Amino acid sequence: MRSLLMIVRREFAAYFATPLAAVFLAVFVAVSSGMTFFVSSFFERAQADLSTFFTWQPWLFLVLMPAVGMRLWAEERRLGTIELLMTLPVSPWKFVFGKWLAAFGFAGLALVLTMPLWITVNVLGSPDNGVVFASYLGAWLMAGAFLAIASCVSALTKNQVLAFIGAVIVGFLFVMAGFDLVLSAVRPWAPDAVTQVIASMSFIGHFQRITDGVFEASALVFFLSLIAFALWLNVQILDARKAA
Amino acid sequence: MPNGQALVETRALIKKFGPVTAVDGVSFRVDRGEVIGFLGPNGAGKSTTMKIIAGFLEPTSGQAFVAGHDSRRDPIAARRHLGYLPEGAPAYPDMTVADFLGFVSGMRGLTPRETSRRLAELVESIDLAEVWNRRIEALSKGYKRRVGIAQALVHDPDVLILDEPTDGLDPNQKHEMRGLIRTLAPSKAIIVSTHILEEVEAICTRAIVIARGRKLADTTPAQLLASAPPRDPAIPQLVKTTPLEDAFRHITLEQAGV
Repeated sequence: MRSLLMIVRREFAAYFATPLAAVFLAVFVAVSSGMTFFVSSFFERAQADLSTFFTWQPWLFLVLMPAVGMRLWAEERRLGTIELLMTLPVSPWKFVFGKWLAAFGFAGLALVLTMPLWITVNVLGSPDNGVVFASYLGAWLMAGAFLAIASCVSALTKNQVLAFIGAVIVGFLFVMAGFDLVLSAVRPWAPDAVTQVIASMSFIGHFQRITDGVFEASALVFFLSLIAFALWLNVQILDARKAA
Repeated sequence: MPNGQALVETRALIKKFGPVTAVDGVSFRVDRGEVIGFLGPNGAGKSTTMKIIAGFLEPTSGQAFVAGHDSRRDPIAARRHLGYLPEGAPAYPDMTVADFLGFVSGMRGLTPRETSRRLAELVESIDLAEVWNRRIEALSKGYKRRVGIAQALVHDPDVLILDEPTDGLDPNQKHEMRGLIRTLAPSKAIIVSTHILEEVEAICTRAIVIARGRKLADTTPAQLLASAPPRDPAIPQLVKTTPLEDAFRHITLEQAGV
């Protein structure tokens, strides 16, 4: 347990070791508020809710979460420190989970920094704060899923740029899974059940139901099991690398 | 640990990377008090063998034991007995020396109190006081290497595996590093890889010569020296070589069939 905490602390501190963290947080807050106010016309809609803010989150996360997660393993490989980690008397699981937790915490911090929007909405009107809270939680979970994918892809390479691109591509498939772009490629040859399974993997589908005020267990289970699976795969990749 | 058991043992290690056989049937044992010099040309399989013993790579076949624990079946137990300095002494550039060594120590399971006591000792013996609160990215090569050694020693392991510990150090630093290894030697089993031959004479009790993945010699430095081919006085020496270099060239070039 102590070693897990030490890993989380080290990884979290590593984000702030360079100005990168500050830049990232500033960009995230600026872009997500910019989208809310200018693209989605927050004021003109004259509705006291944050749906204009949350609509953009899957697309923002698609690019920003791989940027947060790309260094997790690729950098260890580039620096050679992966040799230190993998020869410590600690199970690889703890490193994978600890690194992900640190990134997840960082994403949580980014979301917390957007809370002035929530306050603004509450000053201007009376939003359904239950829905807002659930949407924040859903956004955080979705960020966690993007990060687990990014971490997993990052374990495949020592090149952070490749890790970023790979994570964006995989993330994009999950975001688009509910759209015809992906489904029409599958529908002609796959049985209906397969098409439905793919459609049910859609990040946007699950997230939208949450922001619409339907916080179902299925969304929770979906994101959590996707995270667990990606992290499991991450451990397998590290193991396979030893034998390669 | 049962009596008569070597601290490090490898049995017929083979490691293939695709079509390339990097390590080809290497077996040896190392007992407490021994310092093994791993000698060989670049790309001979020294680092790969060390990585297998350290548990970073899995052998294609064969076994490696550290303090009696199979590095593959019982990796956590094996790693507890092992201090490892990977090639190039990697460390986190964004951390200070103090934070980095504290991190490794904690991950090795030392309590905060044990950590501070142990690190205080290492600051002395490895002479790190001057850079203690400096970021690792700002350190000279010599200090970086020392941090790597300190990192391998925090838990006072029975087995030390040092991949080129003196690479890139200046002559004074090399001298200090050798002194350090010599003082550590009696209580541990140490494997040092190098391609600096004088180092073997200076610190090693035994030399293992590896080329093209094969173990070609396993002997004392003195015997290695004795195996040097006699010089033909009729052939003028254009490049001056030491007898140890002659022995090394003789073994790695002729026996490997180059």
